[in-house]
Amino acid sequence: MSVGKSIPRVDGLVKVTGKAQYVDDIFEKDMLYAKVFRSAIANGWVKSIDTAAARALPGVAAVVTYEDVPEHSFATAGHPYNLDPARRDVADRRLLNRRVRLYGDEIAAVVAVDEFTAEKALSLISVEYEEYPPVLTAEDALREGAAEIHKGTKNIIASTNYRLGDVEEAFARSDYVFEDSYSTSTVQHCAMENHTAYAYIDNNGKIAVVTSTQIPHIARRIVGEALGIPWGRVRVIKPYVGGGFGSKQDAVVEPLAAFLTTRVQGRPVRLQLTREETFIASRVRHAISFTFRTGVSKEGALIARRGKAVSLNGGYASHGHSIAANGGNKYRQIYDQQAIQYEALTVYTNMPSAGAMRGYGIPQMTFALECHMEDVAREIGMDPIEFRLKNIVRQGWVDPLTGIRVNTSGLAECMAKGKELIQWDAKKKELENQTGPKRRGLGMANFVYASGTHPIGLEIAGARIIMNEDGSVQVQVGATEIGQGSDTVFCQMAAETIGLPTDRVFIVTEQDTDVSPVDLGSYASRQTYVTGMAVKKAAEEIKAKTLDYARFMTDIPVGAMDIADGWIVYRHDGERIMTVAEVALNSWYNPAAAAPITADVTHNARVNALAFGCTFVEVEVDLPLGKVEVREIYNIHDSGKVMNPKLAAGQVRGGVSMGLGYALYEQMLFDPKTGKPLNANLLDYKLMTAMDTPEIGVEFIEPFEPSAPYGNKALGEPPAITPAPAIRNAILAATGVKFNQLPMTPQRLVEKFKAAGLIRKNPKDF
Amino acid sequence: MYDISKYEDAHTVEEAIALLQANPRAVVISGGSDVLIKIREGKLPAAELVSIRGIEELKEIKLEGDETVAIGAAATFTQLTRHPLISRRLPLLTEAAGLVGGPQIRNMGTIGGNVCNGATSADCAAPLFAFNARLRIQGPEGIRTVAIQDFYQGPGKVALGHGDILTAILIAREDYSGFSGCYIKYAMRNAMDIATLGCAAAVRLRDSRVEELRLAFSVAAPTPVRCPQTEELAKGRTVDGILLADIGRAAVSEVQPRDSWRASREFRLHLAEELSKQAVAEACRRAGHESDRESDEEGDGEGGAEK
Repeated sequence: MSVGKSIPRVDGLVKVTGKAQYVDDIFEKDMLYAKVFRSAIANGWVKSIDTAAARALPGVAAVVTYEDVPEHSFATAGHPYNLDPARRDVADRRLLNRRVRLYGDEIAAVVAVDEFTAEKALSLISVEYEEYPPVLTAEDALREGAAEIHKGTKNIIASTNYRLGDVEEAFARSDYVFEDSYSTSTVQHCAMENHTAYAYIDNNGKIAVVTSTQIPHIARRIVGEALGIPWGRVRVIKPYVGGGFGSKQDAVVEPLAAFLTTRVQGRPVRLQLTREETFIASRVRHAISFTFRTGVSKEGALIARRGKAVSLNGGYASHGHSIAANGGNKYRQIYDQQAIQYEALTVYTNMPSAGAMRGYGIPQMTFALECHMEDVAREIGMDPIEFRLKNIVRQGWVDPLTGIRVNTSGLAECMAKGKELIQWDAKKKELENQTGPKRRGLGMANFVYASGTHPIGLEIAGARIIMNEDGSVQVQVGATEIGQGSDTVFCQMAAETIGLPTDRVFIVTEQDTDVSPVDLGSYASRQTYVTGMAVKKAAEEIKAKTLDYARFMTDIPVGAMDIADGWIVYRHDGERIMTVAEVALNSWYNPAAAAPITADVTHNARVNALAFGCTFVEVEVDLPLGKVEVREIYNIHDSGKVMNPKLAAGQVRGGVSMGLGYALYEQMLFDPKTGKPLNANLLDYKLMTAMDTPEIGVEFIEPFEPSAPYGNKALGEPPAITPAPAIRNAILAATGVKFNQLPMTPQRLVEKFKAAGLIRKNPKDF
Repeated sequence: MYDISKYEDAHTVEEAIALLQANPRAVVISGGSDVLIKIREGKLPAAELVSIRGIEELKEIKLEGDETVAIGAAATFTQLTRHPLISRRLPLLTEAAGLVGGPQIRNMGTIGGNVCNGATSADCAAPLFAFNARLRIQGPEGIRTVAIQDFYQGPGKVALGHGDILTAILIAREDYSGFSGCYIKYAMRNAMDIATLGCAAAVRLRDSRVEELRLAFSVAAPTPVRCPQTEELAKGRTVDGILLADIGRAAVSEVQPRDSWRASREFRLHLAEELSKQAVAEACRRAGHESDRESDEEGDGEGGAEK
């Protein structure tokens, strides 16, 4: 057995020794370096630009502006192409822009012999702007007569609305109705590796882009669209990647890098964003404001729910309205009720473009929902855990809009486990009637997530396996390892299904769209679920062919044989017949029958599985200092069967850390007068350090999901969802103060504690 | 990218002074943890640097004849946190130096650079203010000594002429002997951060009464500041909750924090009150003072906030 074991990461050694090559570790002969000339205003347009001095600087190979790039616009979101034009992403971006839509918008680019010369050349470009007031809020964007960031949009990217059941009647029938508003902040992914790519024209005349991406095949199509060339003329290569978290489920640097190499006769051009540029010029998480209205019965049953979401998107659509819309889906898929409505609106603003980020709208929605559920439970005097338990969707529930059926749900068990781990009941009692400047509290929150995007998005994945002469195999996938551990898990899957020891299974970690199987990439927590099935199918084919070849060699019927630990064995008693290596060698070199054993499959997943879980947390709040210490935190996940417990726990800890930052530390700030980012660097943007991170407890409830290749469900994104609402609810339990806005920073805490009279003015005691 | 057009190594203080005098554009670089950031941000185009990293005498930490502690300006924070002379005589400085940035920054950054940078947020500044530190400066005209409060002239402005080198930071025996101290760095993170407010308290007690209090803040004004009136009101008073409350209130009236997107003035004033109470309480505790009501959970000042 290989699946379910904590085998070491297949890329662990090369990563810790520094041997693994990331984009910036790879150098080409005659490489040139590009730098982008960015706007120093947030809203307006370029009246004139003078690049003569930059062009004249020795060492500058090319200077291009908005005048030199194709006229047409393109979409950057990392979604599969849609044959239905109405369902494609918003094509609102050009390679370089005259119309400035955010501070740092891309106006021109310089290509030079080195980065230093390129930067010097940037300082020699002068522009004249006509500036408009920046649009930084939904109110500004929607104000009658507001300047349109994109013509003809009224600053609205999209709005959607669904209703199930008679909502008005259900509210009227409810014993109590509660309504409240909650808001989340703009945060950035802060992957360790910034956005970076280099492009060149290869020996086939193709434009090759070596890039830190989650989505090689989709990026190829976007580059083709951006340059207006046939997609097959583009090649995308993905080496090792230092994290993405959704920001690299987008074409951020690839189109421009590809264009720039065409301006310098195909010489390699590197376009590497600095950390500061990554903050403003890549992608961010949508800040979304919610108003939730909930009708309940006296017994605590949800009767009617109505959610409204307004999502701030920034200057370009990127993933646009998909984020707020996804929130609306999970809003419906976690608790059941008789009638429900959800309205969402996504608007343009003059801020960094919001795109995909771990959780894809669900951390935002779940913060609001789980705060609201807590508040409602308290209002009706019900235990917040009991209230949730009474209303969660259960096994057999079918989502009326997507048809997704809950085959397995371990949510109730997750909640029970969380209660036990944190000693909920005992501590609740202990924490009654606290006084003094430091107060402790318990909180929890639930989430639901999906395994991939079906039925909203296409879910295809390719896998190819080739058996070597010695019976070892190479696995190739189009799915991308970006740090999450998918390569390791795919090896485990192939080993499991073929019947090989894991050390006989190798994976090609690099994707090259000219070579790799077709896959959509790393997003939507899809790869173990969707690509895993492709790997399983390919491995089954390898196994069948191996057994068939063994039959040819031995005349033992295929049905009588199996493969275990690299041996062909009798199925009935496990007695060894011959090694897989003997079969493999013969399959390569038998003069008459040679046909090396290979498989190449594509899987189209037309199923989905909901993953569930929760966070339980105990905090200690220092009232006068406004600091929150996380004393204990547990994330309990139903991700179905866990493929590799150690890697899975690592995934959970990383996600919880991201959730803690979302709760207490992180937010991008902008000057309200100019729209200039105030803290686009890692000093002023308070990403947590190891010193701020508590021990994180991880547990799994493991029902076997029948729609999955190995009983597994989504795990990549879910860990980041519930820490924020759980902490908010714990602070509420500790202090009685509701924080409905993220992040819960010390200053915000102190201001509200003062207003609530919790900070004593004149302590009498030492 | 670092736009550095010239780099010269000095091996003695005299050589450094001569190199600076010969080049009006030259900037001194020691650890580099401030200068390199300025260069990266384009604030020192075509930078010309005179490095004092190779001057061994600037790295020395020693006791002078009158038991003045002399800290070489190029002593790194790591050196400070590990030096027995500092931890025995100036543990307040050990505490502050250990809170600068992270391990890498502490390995690079120097106490002299921390002071010469002129930032109000320097972690070592508040303790040095509390210690009445004097700065030994060598320049073309010779050697002079400046009180640290006179050295800081404004945000980023210090009393250092071109050609001047801060060689040592001096703390006299009477300024540390018998004092117990506490430094609280209040920041958003426990590492890799600049202080929202820093508070250093040094106290000398006699029979549970304050013989002398020194209270200093960073980020509470354009430069680090002392709170003379607060210190005065504490003199001779019994250490109790009432004194702490008085100190908190008085300290607030002696600071002038700014309103910025990083923190509001009001929040910083609130912190000045809280931190001064907590830092003084902890300093008193370290001086051996025990509260009669230590077990009372109503008590404020449960130790420093940031360790």
